[in-house]
Parts: sequence; structure tokens; C-alpha cells
Amino acid sequence: MAVLCLADVSDGALALDATSKAITASTKLGDVTVLVCGPQAAADAAAKIAGVNKVLCADDAAYAHGLAENIAALIVGLADDFTHITAPSTTTAKNVLPRVAALLDVMVLPDVIEVIDADTFKRPIYAGNAVQTVKTTDAVKVITFRTSTFDLAADGGSAAVEATSGAGDAGLSSYVSDEVATSDRPELTSAGVVVSGGRGVGSEEDFALIEKLADKLGGAVGASRAAVDSGYAANDMQVGQTGKVVAPDLYVAIGISGAIQHLAGMKDSKVIVAINKDEEAPIFQVADFGLKADLFQAVPELIEKL
Amino acid sequence: MKVLVPVKRVIDYNVKVKVKADGSGVDLANVKMSMNPFDEIAVEEAIRLKESGVATEVVVVSIGEKKSTDTLRSAMAMGADRAILITTDQGVDIEPLAVAKLLKAVIDEEAPELVIAGKQAIDNDMNATGQMLAALLGWGQATFASELKVEDGAAVVTREVDGGLQTISVKLPAIVTADLRLNEPRYASLPNIMKAKKKPLEEKSADDFGVDITARHTIVTTEEPGTRQAGIMVGSVDELIAKLKEGGLV
Ligand SMILES: Cc1cc2nc3c(=O)[nH]c(=O)nc-3n(C[C@H](O)[C@H](O)[C@H](O)COP(=O)(O)OP(=O)(O)OC[C@H]3O[C@@H](n4cnc5c(N)ncnc54)[C@H](O)[C@@H]3O)c2cc1C
Ligand SMILES: Nc1ncnc2c1ncn2[C@@H]1O[C@H](COP(=O)(O)O)[C@@H](O)[C@H]1O
Repeated sequence: MAVLCLADVSDGALALDATSKAITASTKLGDVTVLVCGPQAAADAAAKIAGVNKVLCADDAAYAHGLAENIAALIVGLADDFTHITAPSTTTAKNVLPRVAALLDVMVLPDVIEVIDADTFKRPIYAGNAVQTVKTTDAVKVITFRTSTFDLAADGGSAAVEATSGAGDAGLSSYVSDEVATSDRPELTSAGVVVSGGRGVGSEEDFALIEKLADKLGGAVGASRAAVDSGYAANDMQVGQTGKVVAPDLYVAIGISGAIQHLAGMKDSKVIVAINKDEEAPIFQVADFGLKADLFQAVPELIEKL
Repeated sequence: MKVLVPVKRVIDYNVKVKVKADGSGVDLANVKMSMNPFDEIAVEEAIRLKESGVATEVVVVSIGEKKSTDTLRSAMAMGADRAILITTDQGVDIEPLAVAKLLKAVIDEEAPELVIAGKQAIDNDMNATGQMLAALLGWGQATFASELKVEDGAAVVTREVDGGLQTISVKLPAIVTADLRLNEPRYASLPNIMKAKKKPLEEKSADDFGVDITARHTIVTTEEPGTRQAGIMVGSVDELIAKLKEGGLV
């Protein structure tokens, strides 16, 4: 079995956490070749991950911004040598891999959480309220792995890096601009602690309370859809069925009711704390420690006493 | 410009699904069904393009059992002009690859310049059909859209990505997939619901298209996810901190 794993590259740098976890999952399937669409330095970083056999580096402006048409064509050009094409379930891979699959006339297996064997996998459906075991009959398996369920690979690899190239720009789409959120906090999907705020926080100004608590705990900041829709938090902070999936050691949900779509993104956290003024809030059903309180009293007190 | 919107009939997003005890799937009997929420957003966006004079016609397409007629009528009550239903054998959820192949066949006939799909169907959580359709058509794609402008033969789309927002420009014809913040879908008014009953709805069968829609995936089992141990309520912030300290979490 030979696996081609598409590395996640953001802003020219390897997204180590997501890529490493996808490599852990990929090594269960066979020898892993990593494809890095980015500069040599990103490829070198991938080569250091243990378990990687080879790194292919496609350093071309056409592949720099995750444009699906160009990257999918590149992958299809390499596909003959592989039984599995994989990637971490990032927005880039979710954009590119279904396109690859259709070009190869195969289905895609998104958000896989467990590898049973070379063609059998588990994946959540219905916002994680059911888990399907799926066996595929396709010759090439195209898979994205949900990173929150796989461990980081060790480092200490020394794979060879080879340059590769494809047709380049397909001329169908072009990059215009990025509005990238920068923060000194840990990355949401890999943080050990996540503090999330919901509609109950009430305003963008008061969302600073959530950030303050996150800083106190050395954690990342998350949000419910309602908080993002209301403009309290940025879209990349949304946790849930259609946002990011996190599984930190500690997840603190503040002013979040616990809709199934939100639970889908955080219910695998090790310890869940919920602060909500409504004792009937469904979030308490998944919380290890629930505190019925007004967040405007409880959160400042928590910040002060920690 | 003609805009085509694929809409799927799915379990209502408020329903908590139950997994059948024999592992054969989830129980959909007597469960409220609705239009996939992302598809409502896609329909809304198409209608707004028509209202602003950019689009001339909005065609909605659904693939599924006969009951998907309801979903198509809802889309027409919102403002879509006409509908196409492609019926398949009841009870089988067809895979995104097959859906994309059928949609391609419709698009070859209808020749829309823009397709707006939902980003993801909330039942199978695949997030694949739009991308697959773009591949089969050889068109450009702009997924997870939170803003869409059509100008100079291109769709300029702001996309919700892991790092924040990305804006790209895609040549028309193209596929766009709608994310949550693209717009807030309207409610259909009663008069519009009545009017929608008279709008044209063309019915076809998947067999008419000569497309192989055989499933590539076999569902071995469907299980309940692992459940969490019941937790406790704490009485104060101090107690909460004590518990977190006990667990070595702070
Ligand atoms: C297709 C689709 C996809 C979705 N995807 C997601 C997703 O990915 N992620 C997601 O989060 N949601 C998602 N949703 C939305 C989801 O259904 C809920 O609407 C959303 O999670 C609610 O957010 P919330 O809990 O912040 O708001 P609400 O449900 O309004 O809850 C606010 C809570 O705050 C509490 N509160 C208010 N004031 C205070 C106070 N002073 N002190 C303490 N507590 C207070 C209230 O008691 C209440 O429980 C999706 C919905 C759809 C239809
Ligand atoms: N059976 C279907 N009929 C019509 N449109 C569909 C169907 N399945 C998927 N789609 C469209 O494709 C989008 C993504 O679905 P999926 O790839 O299944 O997550 C949906 O939001 C719809 O716009």
C-alpha cells in the first residue's frame, strides 16, 4: 500500500499539527509520501516527521493559495503510484480532495476518525450523532482525517525531498486576498485548553472576558455559531458540526446552550466545563462540571481567583 | 444569467437522530424533514442575484425520493422560478459522486452560468458534491462562501477558511458552495407558498440519464457515538476551581 498525504500549508509554512496527525493516520495504511504545495522549507519540515518515506515539493505560485483546480490536477497527475490519497480535514483539503476524487471517478471519505483496514473506515454522520463504518469498493481511496482523533507523529524523520511539478495554473480561478486572523494564542484545533463564548456573552466588547479567561488558562478562544453570526467573534473561531472540531484536555463553554451542532465540535474534549445561567441548558448534559451562574459574575471571579 | 441551485431534503436540523438498535442506520420514520439549511442559504443567494438584476432565472434541482417535491416547492415559495426533481429508488441516500453525475447531466441541458450549492448536507456531512460537480464539469469552484459578487464574467467570492477569510475570483461558469454567513434566508410568505404550487416542476427518473449511480460505499454498521459519563453541578466558582485543581487542569 502506498499513501500520498497532502500536507496542510498555510502562508508558505507547514501546518505541523494537522499534517503530523494525518501522517499518523496514514501510516496505518502503508508507506507515506507527503505532498507539500509550498516552498522548500515547508517540505523540509515535513521530512522531519517520523514515518514519512518521501516528500514531494511542488513549489509553484499556482499551488500557493490552495486553489482547488490547480492542486487537484497536480494530485491526479501523481495518483497512479498510490492506493490511498489522504489529508487532514482542513478547509484546504475539504476543498481539494473531493475534486480529486471525482476526477479519479471515486468517492471521497471525509472526516475519517478510525482506520479499520485498507478499505474500511469509521466516520461520523448527523453532526456526530451516529458513527458509520464504511467499506469502499473504489480502487483509490480518497480520505480526509479528522485530526482531533489522531495523535501527533513523533519527529526525527529524515525523508528525502524531491521536487515535483504539474500543469501549473489551470486558469479557472485566481487568488485575490486573505484576511488572516493573527493571534498569540495557541491554535484552536491543537490547544490543550479551549475557552468558548456563545450568544450569552452578549457583545463584542464583553467577548474580551472570554479572551481574558483563555489567556489566564493559556488556551485558545472558540465560539458558537451564534457568537460568530452576531459578530462577537471571527468565523475561524466557530466550533461545531460545520466549524472546527476540537478535543482539548479542558473545554470551557460560557453562555453556550449546547445545540447538537455545537456539541459535534467539542464533545470529545477530555473535561468539559459549562457556565450557563439556565440550569436546563443541554450543555450541562455533556459537562463534567457545570456551574449555574451569570457569566458576568462567574467569569471575572474565575479570572481573579485562578 | 441562469442560476441553478441543488437542494436536498434532509432531517430537520432540530431533530436529534436515533440510531437503530440493529446497526442498520438511523431512524427516519416519522421524523420532521426540511430543506438542508445550507441549501436555503444557496436558494436565498440565487434569489437575491435575481432581485438585483444579475440573474434572470433560478432553477432548483433535487435528487431523491418523491417527497423531495416538498423541498422544491419550499424553494419556489422562497422565489425560485422552476424545479426539476430526479427520483431515485426510495430509501437509498445517493452518494455525492452520483449526485454530481446526475447534476452534471442536468447542467449539460440547462447550461446555467452559475451553480450555488450548499457547502454540506447535514445528514451525511460529506461536504463534497459541489467540488465533485465542478471537477466533472471542468469548472472553477469557490467553496464555503460568505460573500459573493458577480462581475465581469467572474464570481468574486470570500471564503470561510481555517485561518480566517480568503477571497478568490472564479471564471464563470462556476460552482459556489454556500457557508452559514452568506446571508439569512427569508421565510416564504403565505401568498408565495400558494403561488409556488403553480410553478413548473419537471419530474425525471435517475434512469433517464444513463448515469451509473451504484454506491461505492457499503455501510457496514451505524452505531451510537460513545456517550459521556454524567458530570456534576458545582455550587460556586471556588468549588469549580477546586475540581479543576484536583484534575490537574489548572
Ligand atoms: C446548518 C447549521 C449548522 C450549524 N453549525 C454550527 C456550528 O458549527 N457551531 C455552533 O456552535 N452552532 C452551529 N449551528 C447553530 C446551532 O444550532 C445553535 O443555534 C448555536 O450553537 C447556538 O449558539 P449559542 O449556544 O451561543 O446561543 P443560544 O442557543 O442562544 O444560547 C445562549 C446561552 O447563553 C445563556 N446565557 C445568556 N445570558 C447568560 C449570562 N448572562 N450568563 C450565563 N449564561 C447566559 C443562555 O441561558 C443560553 O443557554 C448550526 C446550525 C445550523 C442550522
Ligand atoms: N440528493 C441531492 N439533491 C440535490 N442536491 C444535493 C443532493 N445531495 C447533495 N446536494 C447538494 O450538494 C450540497 C452538499 O452536499 P454533500 O456533499 O452531500 O454534503 C448540498 O448542500 C446540496 O446543495
